[in-house]
Amino acid sequence: MSMTKIEIITRPGKLEELEEALNDIGVLGMTVSQVYGCGLQKGHKEVYRGASYDISLVPKVKIETVVCEIPVEKVLATAERICKTGQVGDGKIFVYELTDAVRIRTGQRGDDAIKDIPGEKKI
Amino acid sequence: MNIDTGDTAWVLISAALVFIMTPGLAFFYGGMVRSKNVLTTIMQSFFIVALVSVEWLLVGYTMVFGGDVGGFIGDLSKMGLYGIGYNVLEGATIPELAFVAFQCMFAVITPALITGAFAERMKFGAFTLFILLWSVLIYNPMAHWVWGGGFLQELGALDFAGGLVIHILSGVSGLTLCILLGKRRDFGRKAIVPHNLPMTVLGATLLWFGWFGFNAGSALGANALAANAFVTTQAAAAAATLGWVAVEWKCHGKPTVLGAVSGCVAGVGAITPAAGFVAPMPAVIIGFVGGVVCFFAVASLKQRFGYDDALDAFGVHGIGGTWGSLATGLWASLAVNDGGADGLFYGSGDLLVAQIISTAVAYIFAVVGSYVLFRVVSAVMTVRVDADEEIIGLDIAEHGESGYARSTFS
Repeated sequence: MSMTKIEIITRPGKLEELEEALNDIGVLGMTVSQVYGCGLQKGHKEVYRGASYDISLVPKVKIETVVCEIPVEKVLATAERICKTGQVGDGKIFVYELTDAVRIRTGQRGDDAIKDIPGEKKI
Repeated sequence: MNIDTGDTAWVLISAALVFIMTPGLAFFYGGMVRSKNVLTTIMQSFFIVALVSVEWLLVGYTMVFGGDVGGFIGDLSKMGLYGIGYNVLEGATIPELAFVAFQCMFAVITPALITGAFAERMKFGAFTLFILLWSVLIYNPMAHWVWGGGFLQELGALDFAGGLVIHILSGVSGLTLCILLGKRRDFGRKAIVPHNLPMTVLGATLLWFGWFGFNAGSALGANALAANAFVTTQAAAAAATLGWVAVEWKCHGKPTVLGAVSGCVAGVGAITPAAGFVAPMPAVIIGFVGGVVCFFAVASLKQRFGYDDALDAFGVHGIGGTWGSLATGLWASLAVNDGGADGLFYGSGDLLVAQIISTAVAYIFAVVGSYVLFRVVSAVMTVRVDADEEIIGLDIAEHGESGYARSTFS
């Protein structure tokens, strides 16, 4: 079964809501990073002792997850629903085809490395 | 006179309060630099505690408070604290050793204040040599002139706890040094923003706290004068915080935390020379004006002339101390301290003239002295890190350590 990596870069304030919504459609594993970026959204101004600086890199959050059984479109629709405010700065979603994966603990490869192991409880 | 236990207890506690200000300053400055320079900035203040304490016990104390030689310097009769033993301090009710300890902390914090001006670019070796020379050849004579029976004291200049000797001297020396050393590479080109403002707030809090010992301890007794200095210190710190935040809010649209803590430090700097000579209400005015003036010094004056006084040693301490010294000449009153004088608003202009002269002397001495010492240090070693070291940060380049396990972009 083909594996797809989905990378969502969005506003930090959306993280918790997005994590819950993804859990609800069965996406239980993800990696979250604090990142900085720029795009259409202009940064903001910070003033220290009267000296003002244009901060062009804006704090964002990056959520990476890999799916095989769950439809990619469902993940995309969920992420869009949660993250869309209609203003610049909502972020981007990137979708990649994956060639392989390894679950380090068991040595399982491909989609077996991604799927939940039947009977194994989530710790 | 005999030793008074209450006076002695207060001065000893005050010495400890002034001690904590220098590590406090390390945090105040440390939070304002980029994360790659946090350790070197903290190290400069912390190391000065050690370096100058030893210098003070060996030669500093006797150069400042030894027998006067021609109004310019103390003799070496008390070198290595020779002969002090358990003597009572002349004209006071405390052991002379308590005075040695109390004054030691002042000698320590003064050069530490300078480090804010040349932050993020000076090599540690050159820094150490410069500070040692500066303490011996600039601080000790100036302290003698004002406190040790030197010519400025004879002139009638008043400096309760160190407006001239500490704030003007360090602030103006810092300005001189930051110009000689040159700007940081990124100054004016990239955003150089504080990496940890809560650390700066912690440092400012320790400074404010320690300042009660600094000013009220300078009464050298547990008495009404100490209480007056305590209240004027609080009054000025609070009013200056209000002043800085108000004018910043008006000019830049937002009241900042860095502005609030900068204001309190400007306020205690401004009240330092006046704390034991003025009443609480003038202290409110001195503080408020100090906060406003120092804001414009760092937000406008520095931008206008483009010098890289990185953490505003001159803008806060130099300007705050200057204002405070002049304000002492306006609001000092014999009713507050009969050992002082009446200022302009209490009927005499003589004090203001003495304050202006002594302030000018402090400026000239700081500029000329720092210039000469900088040239001397430059002649024997490299004073500034090279471009690569500046980019990687002085924590790694100079100390081989990182302040944080994993640093981010800065």
